[in-house]
Amino acid sequence: MKEKFITLLSTVVPLPFENIDTDRIIPARFLKTITRGGLGQHLFADWMPNGLPLNHGSILVTGPNFGCGSSREHAAWAILDAGFRAIISTSFADIFRVNALNNGLLTIQASPAFVEKIFAATREDSYIFANIDLASRTVIFQGQRESFDISPYKQQCLLNGLDDIDYLLSIRKKIRQYEKRKP
Amino acid sequence: MNTLFDKIWDSHVVEELPGGMHVLYIDRHYIHEVTSPQAFEYLHKRGAVVFRRRKITAIPDHNVPTVNQHLPVADNESRAQLEALARYCNQYHIPIYPVGSHRNGIVHVVGPEQGLSRPGNTIVCGDSHTSTHGALGCVAFGIGTSEVEMVLASQCILQPKPRVMSLRVEGTLPEGVCSKDLILHVIARLGTNAGTGHFIQFDGSTIRALSIEARMTVCNMSIEMGARGGMITPDRRTVDYLAHRPLLPRGIDIERWLELRDDDNARFDASFTLRAEEIEPMITYGTNPATGIPINGRVPLDADKQMLAYTGFEAGEPIAGKQIDHVFLGSCTNGRIEDIRAFANIVKGKKRHPRVTAWIVPGSKRVARQAVKEGLHRVLADAGFALRQPGCSACLAMNDDKVPPGHYCVSTSNRNFEGRQGPGSRTLLAGPAVAAAAAITGQITDPRTL
Repeated sequence: MKEKFITLLSTVVPLPFENIDTDRIIPARFLKTITRGGLGQHLFADWMPNGLPLNHGSILVTGPNFGCGSSREHAAWAILDAGFRAIISTSFADIFRVNALNNGLLTIQASPAFVEKIFAATREDSYIFANIDLASRTVIFQGQRESFDISPYKQQCLLNGLDDIDYLLSIRKKIRQYEKRKP
Repeated sequence: MNTLFDKIWDSHVVEELPGGMHVLYIDRHYIHEVTSPQAFEYLHKRGAVVFRRRKITAIPDHNVPTVNQHLPVADNESRAQLEALARYCNQYHIPIYPVGSHRNGIVHVVGPEQGLSRPGNTIVCGDSHTSTHGALGCVAFGIGTSEVEMVLASQCILQPKPRVMSLRVEGTLPEGVCSKDLILHVIARLGTNAGTGHFIQFDGSTIRALSIEARMTVCNMSIEMGARGGMITPDRRTVDYLAHRPLLPRGIDIERWLELRDDDNARFDASFTLRAEEIEPMITYGTNPATGIPINGRVPLDADKQMLAYTGFEAGEPIAGKQIDHVFLGSCTNGRIEDIRAFANIVKGKKRHPRVTAWIVPGSKRVARQAVKEGLHRVLADAGFALRQPGCSACLAMNDDKVPPGHYCVSTSNRNFEGRQGPGSRTLLAGPAVAAAAAITGQITDPRTL
């Protein structure tokens, strides 16, 4: 069981850059652990050695193609360990998005206008909130409601704190049957 | 009408869930020391066990030193990861080719050369460059550690089916232009996220004319344009490449691989066609792999300023003639025997520039043995280069092969992200010939002028 994700009300942390790659999120030399915990201290270690300029809140908001590069799940672990539960961006790299969702870190693909609105607002006021409701797949920011897509399966996983392995273990009989008929 | 990708994917779907998630059966699962110990740990905590150990192959590569591999690994954390992998493999009886063994090397070099990756397979590994294996006509892609755990537990993962992109390159590559130049050109044209959500099928007369190793370089970097993976329809070259590979099962009908192909009029979700004649030797000026420019070109006037602040170049200036400090030949992108041949061919009879530190890292033990057999180690030694021992090395600098802050490295690897080759390192991606020319002159040089 993982922590359930139902709703999240939090201040937003803006990171208005494109192509934030996994080496920036966590440099390779911090991948030498054999467990998943404790990586938050290395988040953006070389890129922002003094930490994020604004660092209060659980919702990270970034430019397009967030998480491009390596498949290292350490990137998602580090972000979660640093206290984030959701990331809003105009686009995510495929592997990163899967890794994030598999760890209960919600990725929200929003319109460029919506993301830009958040960036603009945080330039004025560094302490403003967004409200995410996973059941209705919406995020509300300064009165503006934005819908986002998530596969119904993943949505149920997050809402119930379940993961793919629970499901895959439950269908092993089916997998064995597939192996028998496999071409 | 189905693409080859559709056919392979669909034939591996165990179950389809509402909302488009597929339970996909995996034929071959490669694991290494950096992204799998954490998966075993969770598997254990869950009380689950490894489901199909024979479909897993463990090859430590990311963290290994490239000298003195007969000695214990000095770095405590690296050693702990290597030992954890070995311990889990021992516990679950998973085949492992440890550091120093004759089949060790970079997982994406070893899998194909040993005959473990085969046309029509589904292949995963906790490494984004798993796309390399697609050169043999398989559906191969990188996964995260949670998915590694899924495959350990059930030999399956849950994924939505990607869209399929056709990317054709037609015509004849100019003299002195290699497949690394081709893929850097493609990524520069289409951008870092053109492939997001897609699997790429490479085709066209240029791709068909490439050797299997050169095709691997192309498929390897498909991830750098955001694609899940890249693949190339098997042909006679594929069959010839795989015939007699050590780990190919006896009696396997390799001619049947030629039947793997698209239906006529197969439908792709996106299509691009590029011309080979337009491609020149390439090198990157920035901090993402889409910043490739022809070696005789100029840094674009509209180049991102933050990027240039990091790499120290100025918009509008020619890239050739820039001084460099390091050269890295190796990685799953360009660490195969043809790459070492190409490098040796340029440096033969010349001398390494005294300022340049060069790491020549074969992709596997087998590649190293072949290089020695061909006498390439002597050619390299005469020119002032030493052949190191195999591993991922300076591609991601998890071992001691790190580029110092501020130094320029012409690298045959796949990523030039900030700090990729060590904190503050400046990586210029290029093919083996451009790397060799830089190693001789100490500056960015068109290899065709040497």
